[in-house]
Amino acid sequence: MPTTKRTVEVELSTTGLDAQGRPVRVPLVTDDRGNAVAMEAPEAMEPDLAGEHMLINIGPQHPATHGVLRLVLELDGETVVRCIPHIGYLHCGFEKIGEYRQYNQIIPWTDREDYLNSPGNNVAFVLGAERLFGIEITERCTVLRVIAMELSRIISHLVWWGTTCIDIGAFTPFLWLFQERERVYELIEMWIGARLTTSLTRVGGMGADIPDGFMDKLTGFVKSFPKTIDEAERMLSKNAVWVGRTVGLGAMSADEAMNYGLSGPMLRASGVAYDVRRDFPYLDYETYDFDVPVGTSGDVYDRYLVRVEELRQSVRILEQAIRRLPDGPVNVDDHRVILPPKSKATSDMESMIHHFKQVMEGPRPPAGECYVAVESPKGEKGYYMVSDGTSKPVRWRIRPPSFVNLSAIPKMVEGHLLSDVIAINASIDIVMGEIDR
Amino acid sequence: MGLTPRPESTVSYNPASQEGWVATKLDFLVNWARASSLWPMPFGTACCAIEFMASAASDFDLARFGMERMSFSPRQADVLICAGRVPFKLAPVLRRIWQQMPQPKWAISMGACASSGGMFDNYAVVQGIDTIIPVDVYVPGCPPRPEGLIYGIMLLQEKVKKERAADKTLRNEMEPDPKSQLYIPPSLIDELSEPFGNSVHQTRSGL
Amino acid sequence: MSAPFTPLVAGSALGAGAPSPATPHHVALAGGDANPSAAALQARFGDAVRRVHVVRGETNVVVADASLLDIVRWLHDDPSQQYEYLSDVTAVEFRDPEQPIEVVWHLRSIVYRRFLRLKVELTRGEPLAVSSVWDVYKGADWLERECYDMFGIAFRGHPDLRRILMWEGYREGFPLRKDFPLRGRFSRSEQLRQALAANPEARYSMEELSIADAFEDLPQEMRRRLSGGEQAGE
Repeated sequence: MPTTKRTVEVELSTTGLDAQGRPVRVPLVTDDRGNAVAMEAPEAMEPDLAGEHMLINIGPQHPATHGVLRLVLELDGETVVRCIPHIGYLHCGFEKIGEYRQYNQIIPWTDREDYLNSPGNNVAFVLGAERLFGIEITERCTVLRVIAMELSRIISHLVWWGTTCIDIGAFTPFLWLFQERERVYELIEMWIGARLTTSLTRVGGMGADIPDGFMDKLTGFVKSFPKTIDEAERMLSKNAVWVGRTVGLGAMSADEAMNYGLSGPMLRASGVAYDVRRDFPYLDYETYDFDVPVGTSGDVYDRYLVRVEELRQSVRILEQAIRRLPDGPVNVDDHRVILPPKSKATSDMESMIHHFKQVMEGPRPPAGECYVAVESPKGEKGYYMVSDGTSKPVRWRIRPPSFVNLSAIPKMVEGHLLSDVIAINASIDIVMGEIDR
Repeated sequence: MGLTPRPESTVSYNPASQEGWVATKLDFLVNWARASSLWPMPFGTACCAIEFMASAASDFDLARFGMERMSFSPRQADVLICAGRVPFKLAPVLRRIWQQMPQPKWAISMGACASSGGMFDNYAVVQGIDTIIPVDVYVPGCPPRPEGLIYGIMLLQEKVKKERAADKTLRNEMEPDPKSQLYIPPSLIDELSEPFGNSVHQTRSGL
Repeated sequence: MSAPFTPLVAGSALGAGAPSPATPHHVALAGGDANPSAAALQARFGDAVRRVHVVRGETNVVVADASLLDIVRWLHDDPSQQYEYLSDVTAVEFRDPEQPIEVVWHLRSIVYRRFLRLKVELTRGEPLAVSSVWDVYKGADWLERECYDMFGIAFRGHPDLRRILMWEGYREGFPLRKDFPLRGRFSRSEQLRQALAANPEARYSMEELSIADAFEDLPQEMRRRLSGGEQAGE
């Protein structure tokens, strides 16, 4: 019999093949010594069907998996007995490429991993890079970045909300919420020229200062947006169908949620009041007046309520940011990282040399490492970068909140129905670009 | 490639042919019906999928083109819109989905990553889905604006309208045939593309 | 639905008089106050804690691999530490071949608002293996699988260590190692050929295939391969 060479000793939950070459049946419920414990036959099932389980594959191409996720489910009738997720279908080697790019060149890659939260990722990355470089950004830049992050949070939550509605069956809110996204896209496009993949920031500042008319348009958006939130919430929050489909599903207790490493609305819905903006602040978030919504039971309904409330709090933060935006330069005055204005670069020798060095070689931080985490709409998003003094990082690690959140899905869907799997998957708010990187 | 002239012309729009008024009108009707109701199979993977969703939403409305009925089952779809980057792990899935679509079918490669690998020139990403499936329209952009995607769809509609039922080769399932004189074995491809292609030598620009 | 619990309010263990956190400004490259947990670790574990240094305000503690699991368990369980949250598990390989490969754990204490980085140094050229912390943190499951997939570091005690991002039969190696070229070891056409040859339906793990009665429904080819002793997963 051919032996299979394994280089890693792992203990799989199955023992493999039996003497006939058939896969060994794994008992579902075992006592401490690994012996099968008899389970009660499920009621209301015909006796000859009880005990036969189906293996169903959802994805990787599927409308409701929010990207290229593959879920293999073991079903006992309609009830999920076990769920095994497979990811990696969108693995594009971000972290490897980061080792071959200068810090400013990595910014477009941060757009594309969590592509719903591009401005937020841009800000998070340059916060880390600036910590590594030891640069302090200007006041105006700080407030602009807060505006970018909250706008980003809004568009990400709107995608989550719209697609969750579609998954659960309510199509109309999708259209309303995506129209609000277009308003935000118009704002971002005014600012930086791109709608979705923004590359909004640069190390030491922003890609561009806000144009004239931006603040007025943003103020208008901030006034009109809460009406849409109310409208969509009125459709759903007390709707018997919505409540019936979401309450009690996929509940995680606070201890479990923390142990699984969940973060963001997933963790807060379970009752743990951990928000990176509050507990490990950045961009002067401690000076803004906002609430962090915390749920009680950690089920899908609570996660929905937490995210909707976060939308309202984002609007609140935006209002404060609009009022306090100071004048002044956006970029820090540091020739090591900020390109000199083109007019000077073509006339003044020193500026030309700085320009040349920055473009050809790239800014070089001192050797060191840094992990900066921000509160992305999905959870704790962190960038860990290690520098050896050259212009390209030695290691660029993305701490993906959706990756860790999704790893809890086998725990969350056990015992639920097949249609609940879709609702629970939607409530995690995953982005495959971030999970697979 | 294709250095020897084809022995017979399969596309005939030549007045001496038997194609008459009825055939051309039938072509017109069939093509118009197909072009006006292309049901897309959104093979959305990444950021382009979000722009595709924005195209389908209210502001850019794909329903005007008869495309609001997204067919997530390939068996009921007309056009595969590959929106987003395709890594090697997903390549067999894309191939399988394409094979599951019944003729007539077309493919739109939306975005830079689907068309050529985009900014992901590394070990993980397919450098253009036209290495896996035959593509009709390439829409550049990263991501393309909804207007760009709509332009690509309109180009596809024009392509569909120019088809002729008499052209038998249009609906062939294209698979590389090793016996064909056009088939180039992979080792020869590597040799021919040596200074420019992927590299085990990694000789390009130090990046 | 879960049993009633008390909501955990971050910072509650610090007490009412604790200063509320603020955005760090002008963080020095090296030096500064270390996380009090580092001193506690040195007091308790002695030599197992090789080195403590503070870089950009973050405390790095380099520990020996043999006591890693005990250290992590103590950090999780001890009431004065309460690192109940594992943020990340990753690895760093430097360009300089003299430097070891570091496996890095990022731990957070939510009640005390602390952040700690633990490291274990592995020498290149030797088989890379560390203990898994899955017993302590369930969230380490996928993080460690990814670390294995990208670097080839084996985590002893992990329940199901197999590739997660690349497909299971991936033969080019471990992508994030520095000797792995950016564009892969094989040529593009070979990569494509290998990718297309992998039958997507065949990628069920042994655990999945053990779900009974699916065996008859498996394609002939898969049944043949399984009977021949082939294991999915390597």
